[in-house]
Amino acid sequence: MTFNTFLRHLREGCRNVFRNGWMSVASITSIIVSLFILGVFVLLVLNVNAIADKADSQVQIRAFLNVTVDQKLRESLQKEIASMPEVSRISFISKAQGLEDFRKSMGDEGKDILEGFSKDNNPIPDTIMVEVIEPTTVPFVAKKIEALNTTHTEQPIFKVKYGKGTIETLFKVTRTVRNVGFIFVAGLALMSMFLISNTIRVTILARRKEIGIMKLVGATNNFIRWPFFVEGTLIGLIGSLITIGILFVGYDQLISAVSSDLALQVSLIPLKQIWLQIGGILFVLGVLIGMWGTTLSIRKFLKV
Amino acid sequence: MKNVIEMQDVWKTYPNGAHALQGVTVKIDRNEFVYVVGPSGAGKSTFMKLIYREEVPTKGQISVNGFNIGKLKQRKIPYVRRNIGVIFQDFRLLPRLSAFENVAFAMEVIESPKRQMKKRVMEVLDLVGLKSKANRQPAQLSGGEQQRIAIARAIVNNPSVIIADEPTGNLDPETSWGIMQLLDEINFRGTTIVMATHNKDIVNSMRKRVIAIEQGNIVRDQLRGEYGYDF
Repeated sequence: MTFNTFLRHLREGCRNVFRNGWMSVASITSIIVSLFILGVFVLLVLNVNAIADKADSQVQIRAFLNVTVDQKLRESLQKEIASMPEVSRISFISKAQGLEDFRKSMGDEGKDILEGFSKDNNPIPDTIMVEVIEPTTVPFVAKKIEALNTTHTEQPIFKVKYGKGTIETLFKVTRTVRNVGFIFVAGLALMSMFLISNTIRVTILARRKEIGIMKLVGATNNFIRWPFFVEGTLIGLIGSLITIGILFVGYDQLISAVSSDLALQVSLIPLKQIWLQIGGILFVLGVLIGMWGTTLSIRKFLKV
Repeated sequence: MKNVIEMQDVWKTYPNGAHALQGVTVKIDRNEFVYVVGPSGAGKSTFMKLIYREEVPTKGQISVNGFNIGKLKQRKIPYVRRNIGVIFQDFRLLPRLSAFENVAFAMEVIESPKRQMKKRVMEVLDLVGLKSKANRQPAQLSGGEQQRIAIARAIVNNPSVIIADEPTGNLDPETSWGIMQLLDEINFRGTTIVMATHNKDIVNSMRKRVIAIEQGNIVRDQLRGEYGYDF
């Protein structure tokens, strides 16, 4: 293809977009809608994942010890837990420290409730805090610690606890968001594709005569197809660019709204960390939808 | 390569079962001028369409400029068509484009260099006598002038054959004569012309080879022949 021919295809393709007016607007709008929803889902998944990751890294197992456990037994238990291959770090919180921490976390309101508890009648048990290398092994390690009761006749472990609910819910949420989002977006993308293919079909029908003459004077099939490809791709491209604009401005607003609201203890991923990924995905997908839509129509209506 | 067009026992049966051509064998030499005559529905149009590969034969062989048209690969068709100019009764110009652009269109789609284009288009517009109306749109031209533009478009890429399907069908007698003189001139310059027509006067006064087709068969093939029908 010569440069002049390339320019001609570009020019013709652009002209077609404008010539089809409302059809093009409808196609572009449908692309914007589907890509926007996709973008929202991607942002949601990324952020939920980030929160889940953060929560993961905070997951600790707390092994509460029975009051009967003496220092010697406690130290041997600590050694045993620390030697488990999944465990990265352990720390010990004595009952005195535990009471102190609890008091702190309760703040002013808790002062009254905890009034009267002191060293002698401290209800808080000694606790071993366990951190694991891989968050998914938490339930397994917790079981292993519980099982220490079977090897020690003193039954030293009172209870083992970990933030079971939080992580599992988060994982579930992420998975659901991802699946629902995927189905939704796939459906919408399909719809956009058909709309684009319809727009291209209108162009092809409107230019039937011209195409006939082109064939007659010996235009190659690719020469005939190119302007339609340009048209479809352009529609996809315009749609994706508009979507990216809307999405980024919106997300930016959301970030500033969230960060100024102190009651919400979440922080969103800053735009500059993810704009390239999200922009890239939306851009490529928009262009691909445009091209697929065109292909669909060309196959069906452009018998060359 | 003496024969520009050669058909060997060509059959064409349409999907509806109609036998448009039934075993046609014919040779048309380089630089010939041939009228194809016959009643409506006799197979004239099919005969023409087979030459420019709008249709493919059901059976038999056709070669045009040495290419076996029936067995041509899809992507080679455009290159064969570049050597064939086609003219229709209804001109088939693009209404949005000027006369100049309509002719240039044929060069543009085969990706001719831009600098040659302008010169060559003006050359053929001059040949068909419409250089001064290059910027007019088809609607601003008479029927005869539109057909001249169509002829200019057909010859702009220097084809070796012109296929003309009733080129004077929509024109009054006087205008028709002008078109015929133009085609004769193009033929004189070395282009083979195959023209389907119902115009008795033209065939009988501008004597050329006449091929008559009836019911899918060639029933007559005369050099300097006559029209031979009353319609």
